[in-house]
Amino acid sequence: MMLQGKTAFVTGAGSGIGRATARAFAREGARVCCADLNGAGETAAMIAATGTEAGVEAYGVAIDITDEAAVNAAVDGIVSRWGQLDIGFNNAGINIENKRDHWQRLDLFDQTMAVNVRGVMICMVAELRHMYPRKSGSIINTASTAAFTGIAGPGYVASKHAVMGLTRAAALRYAEDGIRVNALCPGATFGGMMSERHDPDSLRLKARAHPMNRIAQPEEMAEGVVFLASDRASYMTGHPLAIDGGFLAG
Amino acid sequence: MQGQVALVTGALTGIGRAAALGFAKAGAWLVIGGRKDAVGADLVAEIVALGSDAAYRHCDVRDESDIAALVALALERFGRLDHAVNNAGTDGASRPLTQHTPETYAEAFDINVRGVLLSMKHEMLAMAGNGGGSIVNVSSTMAFRGRPNLGLYCASKHAVEGLTKVGAIEGAPLGIRVNGIAPGQIDTQMLDRVAGHIPGGKEHIAAGPPMKRLGTPEEAADLILYLSSARASYVTGQTVAIEGGRLAT
Repeated sequence: MMLQGKTAFVTGAGSGIGRATARAFAREGARVCCADLNGAGETAAMIAATGTEAGVEAYGVAIDITDEAAVNAAVDGIVSRWGQLDIGFNNAGINIENKRDHWQRLDLFDQTMAVNVRGVMICMVAELRHMYPRKSGSIINTASTAAFTGIAGPGYVASKHAVMGLTRAAALRYAEDGIRVNALCPGATFGGMMSERHDPDSLRLKARAHPMNRIAQPEEMAEGVVFLASDRASYMTGHPLAIDGGFLAG
Repeated sequence: MQGQVALVTGALTGIGRAAALGFAKAGAWLVIGGRKDAVGADLVAEIVALGSDAAYRHCDVRDESDIAALVALALERFGRLDHAVNNAGTDGASRPLTQHTPETYAEAFDINVRGVLLSMKHEMLAMAGNGGGSIVNVSSTMAFRGRPNLGLYCASKHAVEGLTKVGAIEGAPLGIRVNGIAPGQIDTQMLDRVAGHIPGGKEHIAAGPPMKRLGTPEEAADLILYLSSARASYVTGQTVAIEGGRLAT
C-alpha cells in the first residue's frame, strides 16, 4: 500500500475524479476526509463499505471551497481527528461557460475564477498551515489540459492556467520544507463534468480529439494522483502531470 | 508485472540499472543492453537473485543491428515485449557552440537521438505484435531549457521530446503508450563526470534544484515504473519531470 498511515483532504469528492481518487487513497491505506459542496457522504460510505478491513476511515463534509472559514474548519477538523494532514487533493472546480455568448458573461468568469483559483488558494493555505510545521506533505491541484491550450471558456482556461501558476509558486516556496506541490491535468474524463449520458456524437468527437480515441475513466486519473501523493514521487514538485490520452502531444 | 517483459538500454548504471531492478522487483522479466559485458552478467545474476529472470546482450545504440538483436532477444527468450526504457545516452562534449564540429555533433546525436529513434522503431514493431506496450524515453530537463556548454546535450534532448510526442500519436492506435522522463540532477556516474568539469563539483550541483538535493536513481525508477504500469493507462506523449522543482524556476 502506497499511502499507509497517511491522511488526506479531497475536495470535489462527491463525484468523478474526486470520488475515484478518495477511494483510491483509501485502497492505498489513507484515511480520507471527503469534501464536496453537497457533502460527500456517499463517497465516504463507499469507502467505509470496502475499507473497514484495512482499518481505513473516511467521512464526508459539506463545504464551499470559496468559504475560507469553512475550509479552515474542515482542514483543522482533520488534524484534530487524526493528528496530522499528509495529502491535500484540491480538485473541486467548475466549468460553466458552455455557450459562445458566455464570452459576454463577466459574472460567469468571476464565479469560475472564484472557485477554480481563489478556492484552490484557500485550500492550499489551509493545508500548508498544518504541513509546514511538520515539514511534510504532498499537495495535488487539479488543473486541466486547458492549462496549456485555449480550448474552453475564458474563465475556465484562465483559471486553469492560474492553477499551474499557484502550483509552481507553492512548489518553489516549500521545496526545502518537505512539501511537494504538483498538478493533475486531466484530458476528457467521464464523471463529474462529463457524463456517459451525453449525446453519443459529441462523445465520439471528444474521444477523437485524443490520440487514444477514447475518454478516460476517473480511476485512471486517480492512479496518477496516488502516485504524486505517495513517497514514490519524492523528487517531483511543481510538475503538471497530464493524463490526457496524448491530447497535448498532438 | 508478472509475466511481462521489460527491455532497458543503457541498463548497467544509474537510472537504467535502477529501472531494471525496479521492473524485476515488480515481477517483470528483463532484457538488458549495455556495453560492459562483465557488468551485464553481474546485473543478470542480481536480477535472478531477486526471483526474476533476465537476459543480457551487448548493445551499442549507435548500431542498429545491436538494437534489433536486443529486441529479438526479448521475443526469443520470453516470447513478447511489454515495456521498454530507452535510457542509453551521453552527456556529449562540454564546450561552447563555437567549438563544436561535425564529429561532436554526431557523437551526441547518434546516441541520444538516432539511438532512441531506432530503439523505438524496433520496440514498436515488436509491441504491435503482442497488442501493445509502453515505452519510456529517458530525456532530461535540458529538453526544455538551455545551459552554456551543453549545446548538443540540450539540442539532442529537445529532439527526444519530438520523438516521444510523435511516438505517442503513432503508437496510440497500436495500443502503445510512449512517454518520457526528464530527470534533473540525479546522483549517477554521468553526474559525477559532469561534476568533474565544474568548480564546486557535486556539492555545487546539489544546491541547484529548489529541493536543494540530488535525486536518486531509484526515485527516477519509481517514475518510470508508474509510467510503464497499467496505472498510467491514459498517460501518453508526456515527458514527466523529476528534478526537485527545477522546471518551476
